[in-house]
Amino acid sequence: MSITVDIEKRFGDFHLRVQFEALDAVHGLLGASGCGKSMTLRCIAGVVRPDRGRIVVNDRVLFDSERGIDVKPQERRVGLLFQNYALFPNMTVDGNLRAAVRCASRREADAAVAEMLRRFRLEGLERHRPAQLSGGQQQRVALARILLTKPEILLLDEPLSALDSYLRWQTELELQEVLEDFPGTTLLVTHSREEVHRLCRTVTVLDHGAGEGSMPVQTLFHAPETLSACLLSGCKNYSRAERLDEKHIRALDWGVTLACGARPDTRYVAIRAHHIALSDMPGENTIPCGVLRVVDDVFSTIVMASTPGGDTAQSRLRVELPKEAWSDRETLYLHLAPEHLMTLK
Amino acid sequence: MDLYPLYNALRIAAISCVIVFFLGIFAAHFAAKLPRVIKGLLDVVLTLPLVLPPTVVGYFLLVLLGPKRVFGAWMLSTFHVRMTMVWYSAIFASVVVAFPLMYRTARGAFESFDPALRDSAQTLGLSNRYIFWRIQMPCCRQGILAGTVLAFARALGEYGATSMVAGYTPGRTATISTTVYQLWRTNDEALAFRWVMINVAISFVVLMAVNLLEKRQREGAR
Repeated sequence: MSITVDIEKRFGDFHLRVQFEALDAVHGLLGASGCGKSMTLRCIAGVVRPDRGRIVVNDRVLFDSERGIDVKPQERRVGLLFQNYALFPNMTVDGNLRAAVRCASRREADAAVAEMLRRFRLEGLERHRPAQLSGGQQQRVALARILLTKPEILLLDEPLSALDSYLRWQTELELQEVLEDFPGTTLLVTHSREEVHRLCRTVTVLDHGAGEGSMPVQTLFHAPETLSACLLSGCKNYSRAERLDEKHIRALDWGVTLACGARPDTRYVAIRAHHIALSDMPGENTIPCGVLRVVDDVFSTIVMASTPGGDTAQSRLRVELPKEAWSDRETLYLHLAPEHLMTLK
Repeated sequence: MDLYPLYNALRIAAISCVIVFFLGIFAAHFAAKLPRVIKGLLDVVLTLPLVLPPTVVGYFLLVLLGPKRVFGAWMLSTFHVRMTMVWYSAIFASVVVAFPLMYRTARGAFESFDPALRDSAQTLGLSNRYIFWRIQMPCCRQGILAGTVLAFARALGEYGATSMVAGYTPGRTATISTTVYQLWRTNDEALAFRWVMINVAISFVVLMAVNLLEKRQREGAR
């Protein structure tokens, strides 16, 4: 069970270049909105034609521009869950499910639909139209409809973004169950790093249409390689950097020299806001800072601090502290522990 | 009161309406798939009859269908069918004049159809024919119905091109619109008034139907 994607597509000013491979289990496509995530899924499903490249699912070539292969979407056996679920508004729940069934006999079709209605807790809603259903119910109908076609691969396009936050968590838990039962590969497109962390095993980061390779989710959060991956994983603090030697870098925007394991191609250094600690005195990796602003957040206190590099947006540090750890002051020492500093290319 | 003009006008409008229904949907469906430049050009050509004076349409039809013109002469010699000055000549006129109304409303309805529905249906393995007739058409039902009713109304009220192509022969090619003109010309104002009221009544009902359909479509879209 695997998928290999290597495609290019231009539309207007936008240039999409995506290349990755994913095995069974859930693979995330993480990127800001408008970075080409949905377009990638549409290319895999066959409703949009890439300009160039190759798409292979389980050793079946679905698209190959060089060999002139372009399998029709009807024959790709790819299940695509749309962001708005794309239920047919003119049909009932029952009609929507029946449209997807490819069974020899009427009796088999009845049984397959009944099984899905039961599995997705849609009994009693058979005669309802999509407009009469809640967001969560619509998603269950859409998932049931896709699974009735027995797809080899599942593509989920921002499956939770159309729901309000209360419904989202419940739906995510249900979605997780479906994904655990699904034998093939699943691609999950999302802009939420939390969803990637909770639902995916591997991930590809898309930045302005460019995405290459895949990495384990742990790598994205603990040892990202690129600045864009680091920012998408939620890191708020980064500085341009120069490698001095194996163990030292110069953080140009922060105006300090820091001790940490430096990769040979270091161009940036970054640290998460909750990894920065308060300290009482100067020392190695401890830098004197000024307090620019203190924001009282729900469960933490956020301090915006100026660094020796200055107080421009680029030079500031964002520090998140437990509420009890903060007391008002004008200057402070911040400790950037070497094990928390991430050097990036 | 001889009701032949009512009967003739209704049958002409009904037949034209059926023809325009299929032609308009066909044109709208295929225009949507064309590259933008060709689509824009085709759009202008197909909408032209809406803005041209009906007499200009009549002129073109006579040039094409007249018994001494190429196509009209061929029809006459091969099938012994006259194309002008018979009751069904008015159908040609009505079809050309009513076509843009159907084409444009159908196109508008198709454009508001969510492309994600077509995409999702394709990935579910449904054929393009099934998608068009069982999903797209039902979803665009209200708009297409409104277009059909408008086309019917326009065909019923057609005067200019009809009077040139079919003329006015009482009991043979007379329609409501040509009858009203003829009665006015011959100073039979009382009878003309009756036909006017019949025409107003029919148009009133038709427009009510269009408004009702458009209202339902708006509510359906919510």
